[in-house]
Amino acid sequence: MASDPLLEVHQVRRAFPKADHGELIVLDGVDFTLAEGQIVGLLGRSGSGKSTLLRLIAGLARPTAGRISYMGKPVNGPAAGIAMVFQSSALFPWLTVLENVQIGLEALGLPESEIRRRALAAIDLIGLDGFESAYPRELSGGMRQRVGFARALVVHPNILLMDEPFSALDVLTAENLRSDFLDLWSEGQLPLKAVILVTHSIEEAVFMCDRILVFSTNPGRIVNEMTVGLTHPRDRLSPEFRQLVERIYVELTMRAPGSGRTPRAEHFPGTGIGSILPTVSASLLTGLTEALAEPPYNGAADLPAIASSLHMDVDDLFPVAETLQMLRLVEVEGGDIRLTEVGKQLAVAPLDERKRLFQRNLLSYVALAAHIRRVLDERAAHRAPRSRFLDELEDHMTTAAAEQTLRAVIGWGRYAEAFAYDDNTQTFSLENPT
Amino acid sequence: MMPAMAGLAPERARRILSRWDLLAALLTLGGLVFLADASRGLVEPLAALRSAPPSLDPLNLPEYAARTALRMLVAMMLSLLFTFTYPTWAAKSARAQVVLIPLLDILQSVPILGFLSVTVVFFMSLAPSRVLGAECAAVFAIFTSQAWNMGFSFYQSLRTVPVELIEASRCFRFSPWMRFWRVEAPFAMPALVWNMMMSMSGGWFFVVASEAISVGDTTVTLPGIGAYIALAIAQRRLDAIGWAIGAMLVVILLFDQLLFRPLVAWADRFRFEQEAGAPPPRSWVLTLFRRSSLVVMLSGPLGAAWRRSYRALSRPPSHESSHARGLARWRDGVFAAMLLILAMATLWRLRRFFLEGLPISEVVVAAALGVATMARVLVLIALASVIWVPIGVWIGMRPRTAQIAQPVAQFLAAFPANLLFPVAVSAIVALGLNPDVWLSPLMILGTQWYILFNVIAGASALPSELRDIGTNLQIGGWLWWRRIALPGIFPFYVTGAITASGGSWNASVVAEVATWGDRRLEAHGLGAYIARATEAGDYHRIVVGIAVMSLFVVILNRAFWRPLYWYAEQKFRLG
Repeated sequence: MASDPLLEVHQVRRAFPKADHGELIVLDGVDFTLAEGQIVGLLGRSGSGKSTLLRLIAGLARPTAGRISYMGKPVNGPAAGIAMVFQSSALFPWLTVLENVQIGLEALGLPESEIRRRALAAIDLIGLDGFESAYPRELSGGMRQRVGFARALVVHPNILLMDEPFSALDVLTAENLRSDFLDLWSEGQLPLKAVILVTHSIEEAVFMCDRILVFSTNPGRIVNEMTVGLTHPRDRLSPEFRQLVERIYVELTMRAPGSGRTPRAEHFPGTGIGSILPTVSASLLTGLTEALAEPPYNGAADLPAIASSLHMDVDDLFPVAETLQMLRLVEVEGGDIRLTEVGKQLAVAPLDERKRLFQRNLLSYVALAAHIRRVLDERAAHRAPRSRFLDELEDHMTTAAAEQTLRAVIGWGRYAEAFAYDDNTQTFSLENPT
Repeated sequence: MMPAMAGLAPERARRILSRWDLLAALLTLGGLVFLADASRGLVEPLAALRSAPPSLDPLNLPEYAARTALRMLVAMMLSLLFTFTYPTWAAKSARAQVVLIPLLDILQSVPILGFLSVTVVFFMSLAPSRVLGAECAAVFAIFTSQAWNMGFSFYQSLRTVPVELIEASRCFRFSPWMRFWRVEAPFAMPALVWNMMMSMSGGWFFVVASEAISVGDTTVTLPGIGAYIALAIAQRRLDAIGWAIGAMLVVILLFDQLLFRPLVAWADRFRFEQEAGAPPPRSWVLTLFRRSSLVVMLSGPLGAAWRRSYRALSRPPSHESSHARGLARWRDGVFAAMLLILAMATLWRLRRFFLEGLPISEVVVAAALGVATMARVLVLIALASVIWVPIGVWIGMRPRTAQIAQPVAQFLAAFPANLLFPVAVSAIVALGLNPDVWLSPLMILGTQWYILFNVIAGASALPSELRDIGTNLQIGGWLWWRRIALPGIFPFYVTGAITASGGSWNASVVAEVATWGDRRLEAHGLGAYIARATEAGDYHRIVVGIAVMSLFVVILNRAFWRPLYWYAEQKFRLG
């Protein structure tokens, strides 16, 4: 063993300045070491900074504090032995498959014949034979992502970084690509020493990785690390596999904000107007309560089970579950989700009654909604400009987060008929057309 | 696609020279001869030009047309050079951007003939007593009519390159040089080609003016279609005007077939949208060059050499350190100080210029005339909108008609107002009309088509679901226009109207003064003011006129068009 590990991430922190002189911490105190021969998964929800960490490792951005070293040398920009596969594949649409694969070698300035030989070999390896002269727009999403893989592999990197490379694909195509990749990896056909995979799908992480680093949200920290001892190819239906998935689910729900563990009120939805609210539509909220109320769940469900039956990822499901929890329509505990009494009523109520219940809980438990309603009630004209609330929110969060939060609360308020909003004049009012 | 390729390959192997090769070689050779022919005249002494003034013999027209076409091509090359450098600098350097972009905005609001009036003497002095100097001035005038919108389009493109493509190029460690040619320029290409076509159309308008330059005592007539038209107008020869229109039509068609259609077909692969939508544009010239193995053989090594330059010009990417950041702050200070000194010096010089040359009242006169021209522009845009919006929507809803109408409108956009002088002047004189009113339509002659283009494009882009809903709910008549058609095309219409407005200001310099032989009609307006000052060689008035017009255009843009554009983008952009 060489003395320097392949990659070392030491106490890395990434933060952005906020409007009110504070800072928004995306990543904090991240520590890990990448050994040869491993596929390491960075698992977390959106906003956990896992993609940011990948970009820091790729040298596309710099950490605010801490250091990252590759083979003993600090990463000060894109390093020669690290290649990346992007979520959107990021192919150059004006280049053919062959030209797209060649381009990384062109940047290295290799001789033409060498470039061609290696590119054709990579295309062959990744199963793109016959598509050399096709343009990306002629390819399916799966084929495009294969080009993305070939383009990264052709430069013979030591570390391959993968930024949710399967998440934009349909289920079958993604599974096909994952298995093909794992086959090549297990057979030692890939010119790689290690892989880092960013994902928000628990199953994908358990299916592919040897080690999983679980990230928390706000700020992104590594909260748990587990080793997957199963041999490839892994059986998704085996008890060991299911058990591991269940364990991570529990882990993620326990850590989810709103469960009372997070110390700062800002990241505790519903407690103050400074909470960032997720953009979850009212129809998604009522849809999930309905699904929960019906058989086979009859009011309570296992999160992984209901997620897979609704074809939702952690990333899609958690914000919905949390918003419902914030509205006290469900309780989430240890990987289970259960309807509250009001939740059960709401699920079966007719539309008017449903809106009444929704309005009551919205105004009781979502501080920002209650605040907006109070301001409108107090004012003689029952009108208030959007900027009034936006300014207030910006004391607590970034402009983008404030806008997202307002959008979310407007959506819920409109559904509950708690207040109205006119986008032309950018004003809130109580004038629901009745 | 695959079977066709397979069918071609053996044939290519059998023959050394295919018919495609012969055609491609012929076209290339023809192009070279044309260039040599047309450029021979450049080094002739100016006296030779004076001794052989342009004649109205139609047999001379092919040569004149070639000379004009060459001028436009050279100007286009310069515009491209400008496009690849100036906006790139602005997009890459935050420091440069704060100066360069507003400057570009001002430059594009300066009337193009104003550039000509001011710079012709300078260019003549570069190559005294040679045709070259006058040619430079003419090319420069055409350049100023082409470059600005190309530059803006390129700048916009550079700013909107998708972030994942930039990240990918950084990840694979492209040098800045390589990134420019492999990522940024390709991404900008479709919009750039479209703007090149627009620029070429717009350039025709100024060809007439730039080939018959007359500033005070300096009068130069360069052989070309523009000079031919000017002479025909001076001699009241309707037949010659007809010949000139014919020659223009031929040149425009040739440009379209030999240059722009291949460019559009070629640039289609640079479209960023991934989905294969409408059938890709085709061009027989491009197909010919692509199929010719001779061309492929010759271009191969060039491509390889070009790719080698990516490596040669690379430097290791590095992040800026805190030391570098301190240096940057220091440089910012130096930069600001230099700008300040430059501004003060300019102000000082301008003060002298105005104090010595003119009473302040002159500015007031120019401003009053500016109001008259502005009224004309706005009324004309409104009139053109009322006429062309319904027609454009009607055409846009019918794809087959749209296909025919687009090139026709493009030709009409290239049509210089001077060609209608005979009709306009004769009619106004014969019917005893007021030139202040009836000369105005000449201003919008070439620019109204931008409204039509854009409305057609907007109407064809209207999603078919929206139209189906209209049919389904039996929405008809005015309600259909108000709720479906007009909101759908509004962003497109605004883009067209902005272009038309800018063009009309430019055209006012030509259109507010019309001559036909010794008959001369003038409208009251800022355009006529500049035109008169140019004829008299009165530099103070030229500068005052140009400055006031630029100010009007900038204010109109900032206070009216830009907010309207923003509103349209916010409220009506589909998807």
